[in-house]
Amino acid sequence: MSEQLPASIDDTMDLLSEGRYVADRSLATALFLALKLGRPLFLEGEAGVGKTEIAKVLSDTLGRNLIRLQCYEGLDVSSAVYEWNYSRQMIDIRIAEASGEEDRDRLEEDVFSDRFLIKRPLLQALELDLNGNPPVLLIDELDRTDEPFEAFLLEILSDFQVTIPETGTVKAEKPPIVIVTSNRTREIHDAIKRRCFYYWVDYPDAKRELEILDVKVPDADKDLSRQIVAFVQRLRSMDLFKLPGVAETIDWTNALVQLDKIDLDPETVNDTLGTLLKYQDDIEKVKGSEAANLLEQVKADLAARG
Amino acid sequence: MRLLDQFEGSKLLPNIMHFGRVLRSAGLPVGPGKIIDAVNAVQTVGIASRKDFYWSLHAVFVNRRDQHDVYDQAFHIFWRDPRLLERMLGMLMPEVPGEEQNEPQEPPSRRIMEAMSPKEQEGQQQEQEKEPEVEVEATLTASANELLQKMDFEDMSAEEVAAAKAAISRMRLTIDEVPMRRFERSHRIDRVDMRATLRAAMRSGGGLIPLQYRRRRKRTPPLVILCDISGSMGRYTRMLLHFMHAITNDRDRVHTFLFGTRLTNVTRHLRQKDVDVALECCNDMVDDWSGGTRIGESLKEFNRFWSRRVLGQGAVMLLISDGLDRDAGRGLEIEMERLHKSCRRFVWLNPLLRFEGFEPKSQGIRAILPHVDEFRPVHNLESLTELVDALNRQLSRRQEGMGEWLQAM
Repeated sequence: MSEQLPASIDDTMDLLSEGRYVADRSLATALFLALKLGRPLFLEGEAGVGKTEIAKVLSDTLGRNLIRLQCYEGLDVSSAVYEWNYSRQMIDIRIAEASGEEDRDRLEEDVFSDRFLIKRPLLQALELDLNGNPPVLLIDELDRTDEPFEAFLLEILSDFQVTIPETGTVKAEKPPIVIVTSNRTREIHDAIKRRCFYYWVDYPDAKRELEILDVKVPDADKDLSRQIVAFVQRLRSMDLFKLPGVAETIDWTNALVQLDKIDLDPETVNDTLGTLLKYQDDIEKVKGSEAANLLEQVKADLAARG
Repeated sequence: MRLLDQFEGSKLLPNIMHFGRVLRSAGLPVGPGKIIDAVNAVQTVGIASRKDFYWSLHAVFVNRRDQHDVYDQAFHIFWRDPRLLERMLGMLMPEVPGEEQNEPQEPPSRRIMEAMSPKEQEGQQQEQEKEPEVEVEATLTASANELLQKMDFEDMSAEEVAAAKAAISRMRLTIDEVPMRRFERSHRIDRVDMRATLRAAMRSGGGLIPLQYRRRRKRTPPLVILCDISGSMGRYTRMLLHFMHAITNDRDRVHTFLFGTRLTNVTRHLRQKDVDVALECCNDMVDDWSGGTRIGESLKEFNRFWSRRVLGQGAVMLLISDGLDRDAGRGLEIEMERLHKSCRRFVWLNPLLRFEGFEPKSQGIRAILPHVDEFRPVHNLESLTELVDALNRQLSRRQEGMGEWLQAM
């Protein structure tokens, strides 16, 4: 299956909800622009707000391949773009030697040909799939690499081409859909951002988060979901080192559903807090009386609202 | 002029351009390329809804999260005049949006107002009314603790100051380099660099394969400096600022924060090549010179908002403070522990150490001391030089040499 790119912002919203992704209209706007104008989309935000998910949803709903480049410190050309298959090259040279091949130019051309090229994600992303569609390229957590790597990306992100010194320039027939994400553990250079559409993915508000839970954990009790969302929203206003993201909310709901809970009580909250908060200091702070307190407020609030 | 042709007779294009210029003068990096992008984006999305219009321009013009607020204010002020929008819509599209605009609650920031006001220029720009009721908020909030005084450094004679500055400007801090995951060519026997080897083999015709080598590249880790600028540090602050300036300009990945009762990031200002300009900028930025110190609060702020952004990739931290805390060390211990755990090495520079028989008595000092890897004096040129030497040495184990101090507590 291969679907057309959306033609309007409303289409984009539909596309995302088809992939079970609940998005703000602002995000759909940025995404629509990126798809329509063939530019990368740069998503920044705290961990667990659904940045990576967008690329997955896109590849799913559009029926494109997803090519993922997970960034890490020290990521270099040979693991991100391409590498030569050295052992095969060696063998080839040996064979040429044995058969008395003397023409150096021919040998060089031979050894640095496509046969020996191992394609890594960024180079793969420039190729079309069997249906002639470009893939979705996800460059995940760009802030984890060091600055020199960003420079490699410039050529790819602006012209969708890669230059290999030995053979020449490889250019994409059709530009891939590129999604770049960052957790903002450092600022990404402006040169990269300038080539992209930028969007800051924020924590959702209560209404939106409830919708997300509805879609992601459909078998959760509705009252439970409401309590969970209200509780998490209150946690986010607290002075914590790492606030819980949407991913944590979903995990927590799943955990509670597995435990057959239909109502939050202080004990359960204490027992399962580890799925929500990931720092010991934060857990210490919330555990016990604070959690009970929050829960009381949440329940009073919900009761007042009916 | 292709773009202009398409928009012939409409005011939208020039208005987007002017909006871009307003953003530029408000400090956002908006060049001609961005403006073309913006026009393309607006064309693609259409202007049927104000919200879509807002987010289309947002996707183009905003590059960082902190630019969002500036953009938001600028947008609402610039595109405020409903008649203007209506007329624009009338030119391009028949329908008129039903959405009302939500005005920002707080008065617009000075940056925006300054960007909007200069030289009310020609043409349709005149359409936007001036803001008569704007109240410029007071930048300096008076409080008993933040004495809004600029420092005076009259203590040293001019000659001494000049000599000291010259010495400081020559200081280099390389801080023990750490191996990276990248490689560089090497002439010594190390790992074989297959790619270079094959290329070399090609050069010699394949008969001979001369091995080429590579080795791990090394690089200095990021350096983060937190400097106390409270009253008790007054005499040293200026010299230390010179020191920080010299370091910042010598190598990359240095981040500098000043704190008294609140935390200020002065990294960008210290990057100015000219030391006087740099210090002048810092002076303007910080308004809690020579007031009290709230180390705990400041560290908390740092932990919360900056640590994850600047302490990545194994940073080394320098804390420059006398450890005299107005809050008597309240909440300090927890923040110190967090900080210590998030960096490669934590060095505390304390000018009080110059006194013989210094004892870690004060609450603040007792809270900090268990969590530092190295405790050094910093009060004169000699101690700065020693610091440079010490930091250039091979990294020792964490908290090595701290035993004596910990016992003294």
